[in-house]
Amino acid sequence: MADISVDKTASAAKKELGSALGGRLRENGMLLALVAIVAFFTIVLKMDDKAFLVPANITNIFLQNGHIIILALGMLLVIVSGHIDLSVGSVAAFTGAVAAYLSVNLSMPFYLVIPLGLVVGGLIGAAQGYWVAYWRIPSFIVTLAGMMVFRGATLWLLGGQNIGPFDSGFQSLANGFVPDLFGVGRPNAFALFVVAIAIAVQFWVGFRARARDAEFGLAPEPMALFLGRTLIVAAGTAFVGYQLAYFRGLPDVMVVLVVLTLLYAFFTENTTTGRRIYAVGGNEKAAKLSGIRTDRLVFLCFVNMGVLAALAGMEVTARLNSATPKAGTGFELDAIASVFIGGASMTGGSGKIVGVVIGALIMGVMNMGMSIMGIGIEYQQMIKGLVLLIAVIFDVYNKSK
Amino acid sequence: MSTLLEMRGITKTFPGVRALDNVTLTVEKGEIHAICGENGAGKSTLMKVLSGVYPHGSYEGEIIYDGAPLHLKGISDSEAKGIIIIHQELALVPLLSIAENMFLGHEVARNGVINWPRAFQQTEGWLKKVGLTEPPGAIVGKLGVGKQQLIEIAKALAKDVRLLILDEPTAALQENDSEKLLDLMLELKAQGVTQIIISHKLNEIAKVADRITVIRDGTSVSTMDKHEITEDRIIRDMVGRDMAHRYPERAHNPGAVLMEVANWSVWHPEQTGRQVIKDVSLTVRKGEIVGIAGLMGTGRTELAMSIFGKSYGKGHQGTVKMNGAVVDCSTVTRAINSGISYVTEDRKALGLILEEPIVRNTTLANLQGVSLRGILDKRRESRVAEDYRKQLAIRSPGVQQKVVNLSGGNQQKVVLSKWLFTDPQVLILDEPTRGIDVGAKFEIYTIMAELAEQGRAIVMISSEMPELLGMCDRIYVMNEGRIVGELSRAEASQEKIMGMILKGEGRAA
Repeated sequence: MADISVDKTASAAKKELGSALGGRLRENGMLLALVAIVAFFTIVLKMDDKAFLVPANITNIFLQNGHIIILALGMLLVIVSGHIDLSVGSVAAFTGAVAAYLSVNLSMPFYLVIPLGLVVGGLIGAAQGYWVAYWRIPSFIVTLAGMMVFRGATLWLLGGQNIGPFDSGFQSLANGFVPDLFGVGRPNAFALFVVAIAIAVQFWVGFRARARDAEFGLAPEPMALFLGRTLIVAAGTAFVGYQLAYFRGLPDVMVVLVVLTLLYAFFTENTTTGRRIYAVGGNEKAAKLSGIRTDRLVFLCFVNMGVLAALAGMEVTARLNSATPKAGTGFELDAIASVFIGGASMTGGSGKIVGVVIGALIMGVMNMGMSIMGIGIEYQQMIKGLVLLIAVIFDVYNKSK
Repeated sequence: MSTLLEMRGITKTFPGVRALDNVTLTVEKGEIHAICGENGAGKSTLMKVLSGVYPHGSYEGEIIYDGAPLHLKGISDSEAKGIIIIHQELALVPLLSIAENMFLGHEVARNGVINWPRAFQQTEGWLKKVGLTEPPGAIVGKLGVGKQQLIEIAKALAKDVRLLILDEPTAALQENDSEKLLDLMLELKAQGVTQIIISHKLNEIAKVADRITVIRDGTSVSTMDKHEITEDRIIRDMVGRDMAHRYPERAHNPGAVLMEVANWSVWHPEQTGRQVIKDVSLTVRKGEIVGIAGLMGTGRTELAMSIFGKSYGKGHQGTVKMNGAVVDCSTVTRAINSGISYVTEDRKALGLILEEPIVRNTTLANLQGVSLRGILDKRRESRVAEDYRKQLAIRSPGVQQKVVNLSGGNQQKVVLSKWLFTDPQVLILDEPTRGIDVGAKFEIYTIMAELAEQGRAIVMISSEMPELLGMCDRIYVMNEGRIVGELSRAEASQEKIMGMILKGEGRAA
């Protein structure tokens, strides 16, 4: 069938428009889902006389889910390259424990502990990536083994005890706020300034992308849709920024998250290495025959994942102010779920950073909302599972149309 | 002779596309009826209507089968009526045995418990009918494609087939297996099995078909009887124009020697001690199209891939020279940098990233050509892709179209774009026109001629001797991993090539 439609240009053009919309439908749909979920919790909690969108909660959504976003960024690359990493929860726990050991038992300063922790994470990623990339051992197996090994290693290192508390330097990794550089204090003028710039950049980038789409002969997104989406994002940004400014300003974690997100979005979409990772996941043999060193890229994806797992692990450890043997349990599942809710393909080769971050935020908002509502952990798990399933069904249904 | 099948005024539309438009097809009992048409002409859609993939009601027109209207709800319905289709992509489970495949879905069983001795016994009987002597317990995946094809036919016979539809049955077969298959078709015809064959290969059609229906752009153009069949007429009906010249005119005046491969030997990657390429030496000149003929599995692809960045085999020996100097092509990147490109025979599995758009496929092998310090210049990238799209006349609404939605010929042009963007001096084309319809083949040939005109050298590996004879300045003949002969354009003929292959076999033994 497909080959007929190609020769009939009109119908093919229609098809392309459809697929272009379909691609955006996914992102727009995700964004709407996020807005709807936020609205849902706001209304439900209001009826219960509880507040949802208050500065403390908004700050906490980022603080308490920062690790999921960090892990999901790395997980996207791993999944795009056609693999999976089940070990990130254990690796996060282990690197958290290493950081605690260095910081508390050996009294190292945080500016040494943090880089060392990242190096340990990178080495663990390299150790696992080596078997996956160069020995072609299925990543599911290697990282399942890693999941057990590093959980055990965490227990061994901690001796079954918690290690903590930390000095304030290390703690600021999770609990710090950007001070008001303009000296106003409340509202935090610097936070407002940053948010204003962010909104301006959103519009600028949006219009530039539109202009470029037109130049590339891509079917342009209807103006109303584009404006609607950009306005929703801008309004969301403004609201969050305003609330944060009247609370304690921008959390350090949020700054780290935004910088990492922008970095990874740029990396995946605008660099040759990023492009090649998609090629490896899309068709490894074709990529190899095009001169791409597929083994090395897969290896690097795992190293990167290890580093990010270490960052997430230290962030969580700092937030809890102690390294615990049970830390990081289930992180891998949250990260993987975010990636798939965010629209990545199970077989590799596709998926976007923006989608993944929205996916992680959806998970985070649901965690927080359900906790405030007082929904039991048992129901929370069931609901999150169903959301993942529905998101993927939505994807498959869209593709089959 | 009475009529077994009559399809009248079949029209099938998909959103925005009219795939079939008032197609008429009449098949007599006991005949072999060929259906020809370019890729995308609607042959497969027609067969899907006939086999119930598109059920009754999803199309217009009527089907009369065995004197009664046929209203199918699905494939199992059509199989119950004895209409069985064997698809191009074989539907066997490679890890199961012949007997298990044979009765997959309707096992020889009582209350769900399989009677293996009986299943094996029956399998043996059916295998004998198609001329196979393999034990029923043999694992299907370990047999060649030719034998698998025969198993599919045996499977159809076991289902009491009355109308057997073969969709490009010889596309993946080498010559002698194709011959065997065609002979089997004639034998089945003698036993009264009516057959429909879909094929691109005109010589096959001439051999087995009693009548031919040509389909073009979703309509049936003509039906011919055996005595009316001529290649020229079929081609004319298929493409809707005269194809006096199946190959483009080109001046045959090669320049200086460009690439020299000397004493090239390669061993099998897994089976130790098995030498796949044996002391091969060849030269290619600027502006020359050099053919490599030989049967499938004779080492042609392995030769090309081993030269292209040691992508095949191990223990490589020998040298590759470009413009007189030895070059290092031990990795794909080095081979590309030395000016060598390789267009694989399997473009879907090895050449393209199907789910990505044309633009990303075009630049894949030369991303540094559209980037600065690792940062992509997307504007330049799409301009490059757009240029190649225009130059090679890739039919698509734009470069953002996913390649999975393109026809075979256009996909091949995307692969060519990818390699042309690496600016190669030597292009090794492995079966460049496989699975491509007649019209698009001519376009590919024209592109090849233009590239040679520009002074690039082309090595063309092909199993279709007519195209080698039509295109090449010189032809090497390969057999059993060796070059067994070399023929100039003037000397070359199908008989000579076959002769060399056969003699070569004697020598290798």
